[in-house]
Amino acid sequence: MRFSHKILGLAAAMAVSASASVAFAQTTITGAGATFPFPIYAKWADEYKKATGTAMNYQSIGSGGGIKQIQSKTVDFGATDMPLAAADLAKDGLVQFPAIIGGVVPVTNMDSVKPGEMKLTGPVLADIFLGKIKTWNDKAITDLNPGLKLEGPITVVRRSDGSGTTFVFVDYLSKVSPEWKSKIGVGTAVAWPEGVGGKGNEGVAQYVQRIKGSIGYVEYAYAKKNKLDHIALKNKDGQFVQPEEATFAAASAGADWKGTPGMGVILTDQVGAKSWPMTSASFILMQSKPAKPEASREVLKFFEWALKNGSKSAVELDYVPIPTATVSLIQAEWKKVTDASGKAVF
Amino acid sequence: MARANGSTSKANSFALQDKIFGYSTQFFALLVLVTLVGIIASLFMGSWQTLSETGPKFFVTDTWDPVRKVFGGMAPLWGTIITATIALVIGVPVSFGIAIFLTEMCPPALKRPLGTAVELLAAIPSIIYGMWGLFVFAPLFAETLQPVMINTLGKIPVIGVVFQGTPNGFGVFTAGVILSVMVIPFIASVMRDVFDTTPPILKESAYGLGATTWEVVWNVVLPYTKAGVIGGIMLGLGRALGETMAVTFVIGNAYNISPKLFEPGNSIASSLANEFNEASDPAHLSALITLGLTLFVLSFCVLAASRWMLSTLTKREGKRT
Repeated sequence: MRFSHKILGLAAAMAVSASASVAFAQTTITGAGATFPFPIYAKWADEYKKATGTAMNYQSIGSGGGIKQIQSKTVDFGATDMPLAAADLAKDGLVQFPAIIGGVVPVTNMDSVKPGEMKLTGPVLADIFLGKIKTWNDKAITDLNPGLKLEGPITVVRRSDGSGTTFVFVDYLSKVSPEWKSKIGVGTAVAWPEGVGGKGNEGVAQYVQRIKGSIGYVEYAYAKKNKLDHIALKNKDGQFVQPEEATFAAASAGADWKGTPGMGVILTDQVGAKSWPMTSASFILMQSKPAKPEASREVLKFFEWALKNGSKSAVELDYVPIPTATVSLIQAEWKKVTDASGKAVF
Repeated sequence: MARANGSTSKANSFALQDKIFGYSTQFFALLVLVTLVGIIASLFMGSWQTLSETGPKFFVTDTWDPVRKVFGGMAPLWGTIITATIALVIGVPVSFGIAIFLTEMCPPALKRPLGTAVELLAAIPSIIYGMWGLFVFAPLFAETLQPVMINTLGKIPVIGVVFQGTPNGFGVFTAGVILSVMVIPFIASVMRDVFDTTPPILKESAYGLGATTWEVVWNVVLPYTKAGVIGGIMLGLGRALGETMAVTFVIGNAYNISPKLFEPGNSIASSLANEFNEASDPAHLSALITLGLTLFVLSFCVLAASRWMLSTLTKREGKRT
């Protein structure tokens, strides 16, 4: 199979004057988009290259950028943390499927509080980010945390750039707080009523580490890597849960992948006693009628390999692999990627 | 005859070389112009949606809401102007001092190392300044100087409001300070170079008449070099207006118009750096490009103003003599 590809590449190289790019396109697939899954995609790409020789080049330019790039067909696949609606997928002729699951975690910087000690509910979190709760000894917070010594002003830290992380965070807030929903709304960037903005997960992590009494939100992996103090959140079933792989997995287990068009399930505020309320899947976007079917085939081969063999690395990097039961649904989705004649490329 | 022919052909080839050289330099010069026109045109095209739908209201609206697609450029415009002003207020006197010291009072042994140090500061990439601001300056400022400033300067009636806000080290003031550190090497090295062009005979005559160093600098060196000095300041201002990464790191990135300098704000360049990647909505993109156009026009105005100042200065000079 690979040998025939090489011959094909060689023939193409001889036939076409732009030999280099054609031969190159056979063995390198390009993708661009969300920053949140970048570490795992990069790791998979590295392992995949060692296993098969095919290189995958992923640029983490942000979810919005990923959507733009796949719409303009400059990449073989795009990646986004914010799933596109079925109508948008149909309009641009795109196919969407989830590739990895992770969680967004509120983090604080308080000397008197240990990681995971502070408990908050969604509505209280929303009020903090709305600027309605301004001090840590506000009754709404102390009532939830009777044993903790809380004082001082709250500094809200949030993303300054558009981000899938922000989307997950504000999507959850607007599900639990009607005021957030009506005043601020949902998007990868919103009109923040409060706080300082850091660029990227690392920017928010930096600000939270440097400002006493601050609260921010980052991807789980960043919270863990930077040893930030995470908090426990009350989920839809009324249980306080800690952010960890098990609670992310619990949130994704109950998701209705099958019934949601384009598999665009938003995993925030899911039911389940152990579900972390700010869980999110990261999605891959592909052209349903790609100009280069062979490149799309390579992309699908890559993700088939990753879904089968990439779980170990995913867990190492603090992500949650797609549940095995969901993989077959994803593979069904892949059949929608066809060549010009309408035949599935993979 | 053969020799004559040879020299004619040589002359011809020289003429051809000259022509090619002339045309190619002309081409390069035109390239600049074409690029400039191209940039203006694409900025206009990109911002057309905002300009036609929102119009001048864009510059007096302080809401920036990507969800509801309401975009107003007043907050970043405000932040850009304020941070650049702070940078110049701090940077110009310091640069002036550096330049006077280096040209008039510095022991010769120190002149070169100090001058090189100033130039090296100019060579540091801006992201380094940003990281230095984020990791070193802002935390230090928050723990030491900022609370003191809030408790002393912040208590002064009326103007005290400028020095208020949360003492977390980030905000418009910090951005201005970082910018001032960034523009000082530019302004100082230009000032030093132009101060050095003052003919020694003028300075020596003044010293001979019994003038102090300050009098010589203020009455002889500065009038002689004012064009260059203004040029240097404008160069610094240009950098301060357009600086992106260093400002993004420390300004706090909030669409916020406040007289309080310790509150987070935003500048045009930092908004662009923050949001351009993710702006997939046409209205959002157009608003960002409009901000870019605004910065372009602002820089153009700065340049034009400096030209105009220079020309009026030279005119006045003519009248006085």
